[in-house]
Amino acid sequence: MQRTSIKITTEKLDLQACYDLVFDETCGGISAFIGTVRNDTSGKKVTQLEFSTYKPMAIKEMQQIAEEALTKFDIHKIAIHHAEGLLQIGDIPVIITASAKHRKAAFLACEFAIDSLKKTVPIWKKEFFEDGEVWVNAHP
Amino acid sequence: MFSMKLKILFFGIAAELVNASEIEFSLSEKATVKECKMELQKLFPKLQNLNSYAIAVNESYATDDVLLKPGDVLAVIPPVSGG
Repeated sequence: MQRTSIKITTEKLDLQACYDLVFDETCGGISAFIGTVRNDTSGKKVTQLEFSTYKPMAIKEMQQIAEEALTKFDIHKIAIHHAEGLLQIGDIPVIITASAKHRKAAFLACEFAIDSLKKTVPIWKKEFFEDGEVWVNAHP
Repeated sequence: MFSMKLKILFFGIAAELVNASEIEFSLSEKATVKECKMELQKLFPKLQNLNSYAIAVNESYATDDVLLKPGDVLAVIPPVSGG
């Protein structure tokens, strides 16, 4: 049985698919984290974002995070899907879903997965403003 | 000297700083990741403008002491910002 689903895509992320991928009748709940593109950074109006990835390595790192979540928390399945390419305000760059017999493990697994993803997965976000563009986190 | 051929990939701001997404690179046999970083910074002084960066060898993060082999594919990984 496949207990992880990892994906990086230029297509629109599909929340229903992420739900269906982890759903199981033995589980009492599914927790989801959905990232959304915010319209400002430190008071500056953001017009759009672009995500670029080192795809084969990013997939490996995401797989590793999913497997670590399965061993750390009592969850049944976990999906981690990330978008790449241009995204507009309100679009969804990331969806994480986890199913578990009991809710606590699902909540913790989602938090662990998004925190880890932000630290280690080789994906880069460029923010576009009305007067220019900036690679996020690149400079002190 | 400098007989070991490697490929180096650049991503995010690193690609913009060096104005390339991929280069062929030569190092001496048995060079380490640390030596590679030093040579890269000589070739591309602008890399020092980065807050920090990691090196991946064959799609896995590598520490400074990792020994490189001919044909390895390295990547310059600037601070990530996914999610």
